[in-house]
Amino acid sequence: MLKKLRFILYVAITITGLLGFVFPYKHPHFWWQKIPVFDAIFGFIGCIIIIIFSKWLGHHWLMKDEHYYD
Amino acid sequence: MIDIIPPAFIYLIGAFILPIIKNRRAQQAFVLLLPVIAFVNLIHMPYGNYWVYNFLGFDLVLGKVDKLSMLFAYVFVIMSFIGMVYAIHIKEYGQHVAACLYVGSTLGVVFAGDLLTLFIFWEIMAASSVFLIWYQRTKSAMSAGFRYILVHLAGGTFLLAGIVIHATTTGSIAFVLFDIHELSTKLILIGFLVNAAVPPLHAWLSDAYPEGTVTGSVFMTAFTTKSAVYVLARSFPGVELLVWLGAIMALYGVVYAVMENDIRRLLSYHIISQVGFMVCGVGLGSELAINGAGAHAFSHILYKAILFMGAGAVIHVTGRRKSTELHGHELYKKMPVTLTLYMVGAFSISAVPLFNGFISKNMVVAAAGELNRPVIELMLHLASIGTFLSISLKLPQGIWFGSQKGSDKIPAAKEPPLNMLLAMGIGSFLCILTGIYPKLLYDLLPYQVHFHPYEAGKVVAMMQLLLLTLSAFWIYIDKLGGEAAISLDTDWFYRNFGRALLRFCNEPLNQIRLKIQTLSSQKVAFLSRLSQNPYVPLEMFWHIVQGKTLPLKDSVNQAYSPHIYRLPIGVGICMSLVFFLIYGLVYLWLV
Repeated sequence: MLKKLRFILYVAITITGLLGFVFPYKHPHFWWQKIPVFDAIFGFIGCIIIIIFSKWLGHHWLMKDEHYYD
Repeated sequence: MIDIIPPAFIYLIGAFILPIIKNRRAQQAFVLLLPVIAFVNLIHMPYGNYWVYNFLGFDLVLGKVDKLSMLFAYVFVIMSFIGMVYAIHIKEYGQHVAACLYVGSTLGVVFAGDLLTLFIFWEIMAASSVFLIWYQRTKSAMSAGFRYILVHLAGGTFLLAGIVIHATTTGSIAFVLFDIHELSTKLILIGFLVNAAVPPLHAWLSDAYPEGTVTGSVFMTAFTTKSAVYVLARSFPGVELLVWLGAIMALYGVVYAVMENDIRRLLSYHIISQVGFMVCGVGLGSELAINGAGAHAFSHILYKAILFMGAGAVIHVTGRRKSTELHGHELYKKMPVTLTLYMVGAFSISAVPLFNGFISKNMVVAAAGELNRPVIELMLHLASIGTFLSISLKLPQGIWFGSQKGSDKIPAAKEPPLNMLLAMGIGSFLCILTGIYPKLLYDLLPYQVHFHPYEAGKVVAMMQLLLLTLSAFWIYIDKLGGEAAISLDTDWFYRNFGRALLRFCNEPLNQIRLKIQTLSSQKVAFLSRLSQNPYVPLEMFWHIVQGKTLPLKDSVNQAYSPHIYRLPIGVGICMSLVFFLIYGLVYLWLV
């Protein structure tokens, strides 16, 4: 089941990646909007940054025991 | 103007009639009828200023009707219907009364044409919504409610201070576009920012919303923050500060949501994040941006309600509210309909094409591009990634999935009552309807819309973003599970300050009080003893002259004894005469 899903994900990523070349932004405002796979790269790296940064911030500073305020 | 009434009063009067109705079925019908009446009333309300009353020389305007106020009024009324359907099984009508007052006062804010009317409804909004928290009747809900109301009253005080200064300096209380450089408007802005939950003034939201009742919190997600977005859009569009606050807010909520374990608190952080898009749009101030902020508020109210209703349904049937308690019980098998409807809300908030978030959120992002704000555009883009990650991936995984763990089972897990599913269904239908046919929503927006959400390039870019976010999630799936912990937020300051203040009052301050009290009561006792016998001082003086010391206490409290020397009676008479002499002299001098 998971293998199947992973395969579908790979296919979908490839298709949208290719479609990025076929359908570029109509009115790009910034240089990165002209890169056909920019959103894919940004999504991947951005997501990893959010996860790592949040968890780091939590574990090193903000996350406390559930009864912290009691 | 005879056949329509201020929409606020439909709910406010309804709230007073509701307790009189004794039959439960009639009560249910009545609370569902109110939004319907309000909706019909709205349709018949033409643009303009109505219900203007003179009060102390000021014009109170109860009905300032234009496209912006109508947009918010429509979604508030629709939302009140959905919320009422979701809550219809509640036997405590007090909750319905609080909800009616809350909805009514929000509509009052939306149509307020002057600051005084705005302020009054603003305060009713805070005072009625707190009951939706308190009805939960747990200790944590009680304290969260108190913190909620205190923060809102503080915000209201800023607002009132601003209004009073504004009225005295300009002589007008009209609710119009404000100049941010005045002190008065800065205070008003702070009042608005508290309700919009802009960090660092946001902690009341993530503190209180997860503590509310299952049905009450659904109402709360819609009204307070979005009415604040409305007043910001009306009075502070194009303020640069809001652009940055909004973008920071969008990311702030995202970062906290990744850490969060309590499912409704996670959703609350994403209210902050989504309202960030709207605040940013208001700050950008262009026609596209204001349209975007309004449209996103409309979409947000619908999908956020679905998400809260979904989470609420899980809490309602299982009694558990944390990912760590829910994960690994395969709830998706027992609650498939709830899961499906929740996912409609999740896809909407994540701006998946064909759902309403896609047609509204991207307007704000596009406005940032159009105004050439690269940093803002990227910040909002990043927030979109975080939204999909937390709401569509992390939370469903935490609540519904995960393979069976040990013997800890949730036997009660089943689909929630039909009315709850129906309410989620109505919300989902509207999310998809406006997602597929955006014209419905775009026609309501304050400015003409030239935005085309379904350009192939935009759809492809969004799909790329979402699919790769999914891939990154897959890689880090083990790291993202809920952790039994809470994360500190800015409420830390006032919670600890409050506690420190209490401790300070209890101990050092109380000690000082006790000391002062002891000292002063000693003095009072001394004086009272002295006044029992006016010539005791003389007696003392006499003794001192004789070279003896006689404690005052002894001379007064001693029982009569013929062996102790006392002053002759003539001294007393002499004192009286001296007193009369002084009195006479003073009298003569005065006359």
